[in-house]
Amino acid sequence: MKNNNVGYIHSIETMGLVDGPGIRFVVFMQGCPLRCLFCHNPDTWNPNIGIQMTPLELVEKIERYKPYFDKNGGVTFSGGEPLLQSEFLIECLKLCKEKNIHTCIDTSGVGGKNIEEVLRYTDLVMWDVKAFEAQEYETMTGIKIEESLLFLEQCQKMNVNMWIRQVIVPGINDSEDYIERLASFIKPLHNILKIEFLPYELLGVHKYKELGIHYRLEGTPAMNQDKCDKLYQLLLKRLS
Amino acid sequence: MKEWSNFVGENWREHIDVSSFIKANYSEYTGDESFLVGPTENTNCVMETLKPLLKEELEKGILDVELKKVSGIDNFEPGYIDKEHEVIVGLQTDKPLKRIVNPFGGTRMVRSALQSYGYEWDSEIDKYFTAFRKTHNDGVFDAYTKEVRAARHAGLLTGLPDAYGRGRIIGDYRRIALYGTDLLIKVKQYDLDQLGPHVTDAMIRLREEVSEQIRALKAITSMASKYGFDISRPASNAKEAVQWLYFGYLAAIKENNGAAMSLGRTSTFLDIYIERDLKAGILTEEGAQELIDQFIIKLRIARHLRTPEYNELFAGDPTWVTESLGGMTKEGKSLVTKTSFRYLHTLTNLGPAPEPNMTVLWAQGLPENFKKYCAKMSIDTDALQYENDDIMRPIYGDDYAIACCVSAMQVGKQMQFFGARCNLAKALLYAINGGVDEVKGTKVVEGITPITSEYLDYEEVMKNYEKVLDIVAGTYVDAMNTIHYMHDKYAYEASQLALHDTVIERLMAFGVAGLSVVADSLSAIKYAKVKPIRNDEGIAIDFEIDGDFPKYGNDDDRVDSIAVDIVTKFSNDLKKHPLYRNARHTLSVLTITSNVVYGKKTGSTPDGRKAGEPFAPGANPMHGRDNSGALASLNSVAKIPYKNVCQDGISNTFSIVPDALGHEREEKIDNLVHIMNGYFGQGAHHLNVNVMSRDTLIDAMEHPEEYPNLTVRISGYAVHFNRLSKEQQLEIISRTFHEKQ
Repeated sequence: MKNNNVGYIHSIETMGLVDGPGIRFVVFMQGCPLRCLFCHNPDTWNPNIGIQMTPLELVEKIERYKPYFDKNGGVTFSGGEPLLQSEFLIECLKLCKEKNIHTCIDTSGVGGKNIEEVLRYTDLVMWDVKAFEAQEYETMTGIKIEESLLFLEQCQKMNVNMWIRQVIVPGINDSEDYIERLASFIKPLHNILKIEFLPYELLGVHKYKELGIHYRLEGTPAMNQDKCDKLYQLLLKRLS
Repeated sequence: MKEWSNFVGENWREHIDVSSFIKANYSEYTGDESFLVGPTENTNCVMETLKPLLKEELEKGILDVELKKVSGIDNFEPGYIDKEHEVIVGLQTDKPLKRIVNPFGGTRMVRSALQSYGYEWDSEIDKYFTAFRKTHNDGVFDAYTKEVRAARHAGLLTGLPDAYGRGRIIGDYRRIALYGTDLLIKVKQYDLDQLGPHVTDAMIRLREEVSEQIRALKAITSMASKYGFDISRPASNAKEAVQWLYFGYLAAIKENNGAAMSLGRTSTFLDIYIERDLKAGILTEEGAQELIDQFIIKLRIARHLRTPEYNELFAGDPTWVTESLGGMTKEGKSLVTKTSFRYLHTLTNLGPAPEPNMTVLWAQGLPENFKKYCAKMSIDTDALQYENDDIMRPIYGDDYAIACCVSAMQVGKQMQFFGARCNLAKALLYAINGGVDEVKGTKVVEGITPITSEYLDYEEVMKNYEKVLDIVAGTYVDAMNTIHYMHDKYAYEASQLALHDTVIERLMAFGVAGLSVVADSLSAIKYAKVKPIRNDEGIAIDFEIDGDFPKYGNDDDRVDSIAVDIVTKFSNDLKKHPLYRNARHTLSVLTITSNVVYGKKTGSTPDGRKAGEPFAPGANPMHGRDNSGALASLNSVAKIPYKNVCQDGISNTFSIVPDALGHEREEKIDNLVHIMNGYFGQGAHHLNVNVMSRDTLIDAMEHPEEYPNLTVRISGYAVHFNRLSKEQQLEIISRTFHEKQ
C-alpha cells in the first residue's frame, strides 16, 4: 500500500538527553510559522526540504532505541514546529502509542490542525512560552499570540501533562519583573510537571551566516548561567 | 584449620576451588554508597611521600632502574614507600618506582629501553644473556617463516609479542590467601606425581612446568618472609588476606614484564574476610577502607621497563592491572559487595588514576544502587570501563575476570595466548593491489591478481579480499603458534601458572584493527563509485569517491552487516588452522592506542581516509561519520557478534560532553545507567565511558601542569592524559564527542 503521508525531517538525534524526560529519540521536523528572535535552528524554517519519510519508516527507526528508554524515555518531536505537519505527526504518535513508546512534542502550540487529535496521543507537551503578553509575543515571534493561548487552553481542557519552557534572553526577559509576571501567568495552570529555563546560547548564530539571513540579536551575549539560576529560584519561590 | 573458622561450605575445603568458597560465604550488598569513609592518616602520609616521586617520574620518563639484577620472584631486597605508614607492603624492587630489567623476552628491547632513558646495562649480565642464555625473541626468529616476516615487516601483523612479554595471564592470587602456599605446593606435587603414564612431548613439557611452578611457590614464600610474613599458611584475617593476595600479584610483576598484568576478580573474595573481621569487632569501616586504599596504592605504582616504540603502540606506560567488579552468579544473585564499592571509592580517596583498570561487569540484574554509583564515578573520574556480564557469563561461568582490556578468562582455569592484531584495512588494499604493500612496495601476499578496472567492482574486490584474508589467517596462526611455543620455552610465567590448575584450557586471542575503515570502504565501493588513483607501478595510492554511501556508526544495516560479515569470515578463516597446545581460537576488535600507528603505516583507503590518518580505535566508527547521535553509533557496534566470533572482546569508546548528558546531576546519572542498560541489553560487549569536554582536553594539552590527574579512557584502558604523545592527544581530541544539538 502506498502511503502518501510523508513527513519532512531535518535531522534525527538518537540520544537526546536534554529534550524531555530520560533518553529521547528526537525528531527535528522541517517548517516553522514563527520567526523567534533567539531561534537557533533557522535551518528548519523551510517546510519543503529535508529527509522524506513515512510515519512507519520513522517509527520503525524509533523502535530500535526502545532498549534505552527504560521507564521515562521515549520520542520527542521537535523542530521546527512539529504541529505544522499535523497529519504526519498524528500518525507517528498513534504508531508510537501502539508500540508503547512515550511521546512528547516540543512545540510553540502554533501552526497545527486537529490539535485535539494530536493531544490524544501525546503523553507530554513541552510548551515553549516565548512570551505571554500580546505585544511582547509579537515582538519575539513575529506573529500574534492568540493561537498559542488557544493551544494552551486545549491542553488544559484535556488535562495533558506539560512542561513549560522559557528561553531567557539578556536584555529581553531576564528581569525580575518579567519573572514575577510569568509566575502569575503560570500559577493558575494545572498539570504542569516541570518548568525549565533555557539560557540563551550563541550556538546557532553561525547558521544565519551560512543561510544568508540577517541575525536580529547580533551582539546579544549568551545568558549568564548563574543569573538564569537565580531567576529560576525566584520563579519557584513565587509559585510555591 | 583455624584460619577458616566461621567460613561455611565443603567443596572448597576438598579441592582448590575459590569460586565455591566465594559463593558459600559472600554477602551481597544492595545498598548505596553512604557507608563509605575517607582515607586514614596513614594512607594520606603514604600518598604524600609518593607524590613528588610520581612527579619526578613523569618528568624523567622513568625514575630509576635496577641494573645489577634481572627479573625474578625473589631477586630483590624488600622495599618500602614509607614503612611506618604502610599497612600493605611489598614493592617490585627495593625502592618505589624503580624498574626491573627482564631480559627473558629479548635483550634488544632491554638495551633499547635503557638507552632511551640514558642508562647502560650491566655488561656482565648483558654478556650472559647474549652468550649463554637464549631468549624468547631469539627463539621466535629462529622459527619464523618468510611469510610471517614479510607480514610483520609491512605492518600487516603488528604488536606481536615476539620481543616482549605476552602477559594477559591472570594468576588466581586469591588462592594464596585462602590456602597458603604449603597446601598449594602439596597439591602441585600430587598433580606432578599423577602426570603420565606415557612420557610424551606434551607430558615432558607439563612435568617440567609443574616443577617450575612448585619452585615458584617456594620463591613467593621466601620473598614474603623477607617482609616478615609467613604465607605458607592461609590468611587469618582481612589484613593478611589482602597482603597474601598482593604477594601473589607482586611475584607475578617481579617475574614478568607482560603487556597486561591483570589482577583478576578479587573484591568480593576479600569482602568475605573484611565482613568476618567487622562482625568480630576487630576491624572498623575506616580500617577496611584503609586496607583497600593501601592495596590500590601498590597496584598504581607497578611499573615495567619498556621502549619508546612500545609506548607508541600502547601509550601512557600502561600495566593493565585490570580488576573485574560486580557481575552475577549463575544462580542469578549479584556478586556486588561493599568491597566492590570500596575499590571504586579509592578513585575518590586517592584521586582518579588509570590503574588499576577498574572494569565493571555489567548485568541487567545488578543492584540499582551499584549501577548508579558506577555511573556517578564515571561522570566524576572517567576511570571506569564496562563489560557485559550477561553475554560472558554463559560462556565463561561466574568466576572469570578480564585481562588487559576486554579478554575474559576463567580465573585459574584458563589462560590466554595474546596475539595483538592484524591490519584489516591494509589487507583490503592488498586485495586491490595484488598483495603488494602500498607503502613499502614489496609483495606480502602471494597469488592475488591485482584489480585494474577504472572503477572498483564490489564483487571483484570482495572475491579478492576473501582470498587475502584466508591467506593472512594462515600466516597469522603460524606467527602465533611460533611465538607461544617459544614464550613457554624461554619466558615461562611460573609464578602465575602456579596459581592455575595444572590442566588448563588455553585461548589464543587473535585481533583485528581497522574494522570501521574496511566496512566504510566496502560500503563506498558498493553504494558509491570508487575510482583508484594508481601510481606508475599500478598501485592504488588514493581513491576518488563519487556519490554518498552508508557509513558504519549510524545503525544502518546496509553497512553494519558488512562489518559483521568481515569479522565472522576472518574468525572462520582462523579456525581452519590448528593451534599450539590445542588452544581455542578467539578474536578481538581492539586497538588500544595502536590505531594511530596502524593508520600511519597504511595508505589511503576507499572510504576517503587519507594515507597516514589514524583509524578509529577498536570497533568505533570513524571520527565524525556517525551523525545520527550516540545511540545510533552504539547500536552499530552492538551488532558485532561476540559469541563464537569476537569472543575476545569488542572495544568501544564513548565520549560525551557533561552538559549533553542531562541538566541535573541525578538526571545525568540515571541517563548514563539507561544508556548502558540499553546498549548491553542488545548483547553489546564493552564500553569505555568518558564524560568530558573537548575544551578540557585542549586546555590540558596546553597546560598539563594544571591537570595532573586527568584520566581518559581509550580503547580498553585508561591513561593519564599527560603521558600521551602530542600525536595521540590530538587524535583523542579529534574523536567524536557527543554534544548537544
